[in-house]
Amino acid sequence: MPASFQPPTTSNEAPPVFKAQGVTKVYQMGDVKVEALRGIDLELHAGEFIVLLGASGSGKSTLLNILGGLDTPTSGHVFYRNQELTAWSDAELTRFRRSNVGFVFQFYNLIPSLTALENVALITEISEAPMDPGEALELVNMHHRRDHFPAQLSGGEQQRVAIARAIAKRPAVLLCDEPTGALDVSTGILVLEAIQRVNRELGTTTAVITHNAVIAKMSHRVVHLSDGRVHSIEQNPVQVSPSELKW
Amino acid sequence: MLDRKLLRDLGQIKSQAFAIALVMAAGVAMFIMALSALFSLSGSQRDYYVRYRFAEIFATAKRVPLNLVARLEEIPGVARVYPRIVAQVSLDVPGMNEPAMGRFISVPDHVRPALNDLYLIRGRMLDPDRPQEVLASKSFVEAHQLELGSTIRGIINGKQQDLTVVGVALTPEYIIQIQPGSLLPDHRRFGVFWMNERQMAAAFEMSGAFNDVSFLMERGANEQRVIGHIDRLLEPYGCTGAYGRAQQTSHAYISDEIRQLSTMALIAPTIFLGVAAFLLNVVLARVVGLQREQIAALKAFGYSKSAIGWHYLKMVLLIALVGAVLGTLFGYWLARGLTRIYSELYQFPTFEVMMPPRVVLGALTVSFAAASLGALAAVRRAVSLPPAEAMRPEPPPKYGPTLIERIGLARFVPQIARMILRQIERKPIKSLTAILGVAMSVAILMLGSFSLDAIRYIINFQFRLAQRQQVTVSFVEPTSSTARFDLQQLPGVTQVQPFRAVATNIRHGHRWRRVAVMGLDGEGEMFRLLNIDEQPFVLPEEGIVLNDKLAQILGVTLGESVTLSVLEGSRPIRDLIVTGIITEYGGVNAYMNRRALQRLMNESELISGAFLGTEADVEPSLFARLKQIPQVGGVMLKRAMLQSFEDTIAENILMMRTFNILFSIVIAVGVVYNSARISLAEQSRELATLRVIGFTQYEVSLILLGELAILTFAAIPLGWLIGYGLAAILVTGLDTEIYRIPLIIERTTYGFAALVVVVASGLSGWVVLQRIRQLDLIAVLKTRE
Repeated sequence: MPASFQPPTTSNEAPPVFKAQGVTKVYQMGDVKVEALRGIDLELHAGEFIVLLGASGSGKSTLLNILGGLDTPTSGHVFYRNQELTAWSDAELTRFRRSNVGFVFQFYNLIPSLTALENVALITEISEAPMDPGEALELVNMHHRRDHFPAQLSGGEQQRVAIARAIAKRPAVLLCDEPTGALDVSTGILVLEAIQRVNRELGTTTAVITHNAVIAKMSHRVVHLSDGRVHSIEQNPVQVSPSELKW
Repeated sequence: MLDRKLLRDLGQIKSQAFAIALVMAAGVAMFIMALSALFSLSGSQRDYYVRYRFAEIFATAKRVPLNLVARLEEIPGVARVYPRIVAQVSLDVPGMNEPAMGRFISVPDHVRPALNDLYLIRGRMLDPDRPQEVLASKSFVEAHQLELGSTIRGIINGKQQDLTVVGVALTPEYIIQIQPGSLLPDHRRFGVFWMNERQMAAAFEMSGAFNDVSFLMERGANEQRVIGHIDRLLEPYGCTGAYGRAQQTSHAYISDEIRQLSTMALIAPTIFLGVAAFLLNVVLARVVGLQREQIAALKAFGYSKSAIGWHYLKMVLLIALVGAVLGTLFGYWLARGLTRIYSELYQFPTFEVMMPPRVVLGALTVSFAAASLGALAAVRRAVSLPPAEAMRPEPPPKYGPTLIERIGLARFVPQIARMILRQIERKPIKSLTAILGVAMSVAILMLGSFSLDAIRYIINFQFRLAQRQQVTVSFVEPTSSTARFDLQQLPGVTQVQPFRAVATNIRHGHRWRRVAVMGLDGEGEMFRLLNIDEQPFVLPEEGIVLNDKLAQILGVTLGESVTLSVLEGSRPIRDLIVTGIITEYGGVNAYMNRRALQRLMNESELISGAFLGTEADVEPSLFARLKQIPQVGGVMLKRAMLQSFEDTIAENILMMRTFNILFSIVIAVGVVYNSARISLAEQSRELATLRVIGFTQYEVSLILLGELAILTFAAIPLGWLIGYGLAAILVTGLDTEIYRIPLIIERTTYGFAALVVVVASGLSGWVVLQRIRQLDLIAVLKTRE
């Protein structure tokens, strides 16, 4: 695998895929106010693979949910390709998620009553220019188990099906929330390889959140979050192949 | 502490628990209403019969000398004999055009009647020295708003006489007052009157004689044997045959009603409590499934299996208790309503809602039993869960391709439809029971509405197609057929169709019935006989024609012969071939060609009465003339009969229909709402996932609604089938000698039942859909099922 792969756009020629300005999020938990985000400024560029790294409670999931149009900030603005995401209605956000965002969850969230292939087809049926569901499964090396139900698949296999489901509609961005959090090392690596392959071969802008610092080595950029703020951002000149990762 | 958890858990599922409690309440209410009415009716009846000495055997004759009483008393098994004079009197009541009919019964001087005693509500007993005094039945007095001292004019044995009402009374003999030949009470046109014995004997030329006699039997006496003895003794005096309580009109009506109530007390609660048990099972299974970890923790802390079992059982018992209490209150209210209807229809000295503690206790017991039964499986699962296993989440549900896909139709089925179908097929029992529940709701609706179809059919068949006369006139005694020409001359009369009615016994093998055979002219213009297809049936020259119920009772078919024993005139006995079986929905009747009947009776041209066709607007003057004709004993107005039929039945049916609609909505909503809530709970993670990955609110709702729609639409045809079956059972149960209800169900009834259930399902679905909006999309990403 070429170790010197560079993100396709680092300049300002094209608008960033995501641009967050002064994003804050305050949750009212009973009588207590929890400040999850305290002013985030961040840009994600097309084709980029970034890792949001932080301890639990650092605000990384909240940020990802806001970028994915699942949650709205208390203040600040988020732009998706120069359009203000934070101004959209619920229906518009649904449309946005439907055509532009692929989600991968920690607990896979496959539909238990549908087979691997059908879980992918569920998405391709409602997409405009999807790939063939079988092709998507091939991309994550799950084609041989296409007719199995989730209850018949291991966790790693389920997560790979979930990735296939997320990318089958050819989304602009892939958002992964602790994709290996529930998996052991060897299956986790298989999943990460699938994600990296999607990023490289399809050019899908990819954001992975994790508290596992090792994973950060495979990204272009690492965003360190703590206490609701961007603590630091580092560029990775070299991306390590997942198979070389150890934790 | 566990109890506090219980209440909070219940709080979590309060709307579902309440829906179930309502279904239960409906069942309990029906149970309470039917049993309470049953106890009220049978209790009042028993009490009334004993205290007012209601007779057990009845007989009427032409004229029997009083010295025969001693011989009647000697019959083995007879405890008491009470002879009296009974006569039919045409009445002219102020404010009514047509004559009313009065049944006049003699009362001995100074003593109470030995049997069939009177209960005096107002006024005083008769003064033997004042010949014009009468007591009148309460319903007649109320229908005409008569006062004590009011005068009515009666044609007594051909002579007009003014009668003064001095008292208002009731008798166990006429708890329901129905004119002979009528199907339902008409209190304006028929009343019971009591008159001084001496006065009646004089008026009806019965001095030293009687024409009606009642008997009380000794304990353990054989009714048939006693009746045989009575018939032999009374036959020479024109007795038309003694009969027991079973054939006494008032008693037969009340017994029918009591029978129906006991059927209702059994069937309705079974349906409702069965549905409630199913719902409790589904809901509790869900609660136990969600609380696996809690159960494990409790067990780990040392709570015993029985403590945990009792904990969950208490939850359903609490729901059942709410249902039972609501149902009891509602049932009591319903019973009061029914009692009000009954107290208009049935005249008892006192008639109150009886709700003995054992009825309430019974209701509580059956609802607890149903609830426990429903909870059994879920509670057992909670109890038997080993703590270590319970600590782990439930294994993921297993799915497989559905039947539709297995038979190769998979490519036509979109993914969302597959989700729905597999969800339904994964829990076949639950889905089938839910379908059955909704089907029951359809069936109940059909039961409530079909009776209206049937009644409309009967009214059309009996009163428009068969009986096309406006007025029926009957003579006191058979009269020369030339009287028809006199009738023809009356104002407004357009047509006259004479008839001859003769009291007979019809026997086939060992089965027999007392029937008035009606002699009609071959082709009747107004009173017509019809077959089952509503086609007119031309009376054959020879033989006898029976209606279907009589043929069924006698077990006789077309072409077989029956033995006819005439109970009047020269009392001939003949074997006759059954030359026709016709359809009628009321009574048991037999018909012959009038000339053939005349030959059989060996009599000249006599008629008992006539059917009249009239111009509608001349009735008042016609009635005025009819009132003055001494031979006219009775005038029956079809319009009035129809009116009373519709009034009585309409009120009952309307009430039943309203409650049927209410109750079936309760069932439909209970089942659909609970199914939808459970589906939502079970699939909330998937639904939220779909929302996250870009499915719209509407698309996600489709998954939930699709399941409800499939359940509902599968339930409708099943419900139609069950409803048809229940209606058939009901119709069989209501098939009596008094009336029959045809199994006629109009398309609109099917449509109405389906519509109500679809609307109820739609509403419940809509309520549940509101919860989809509240799905927490973010929580779903972080939690594991």
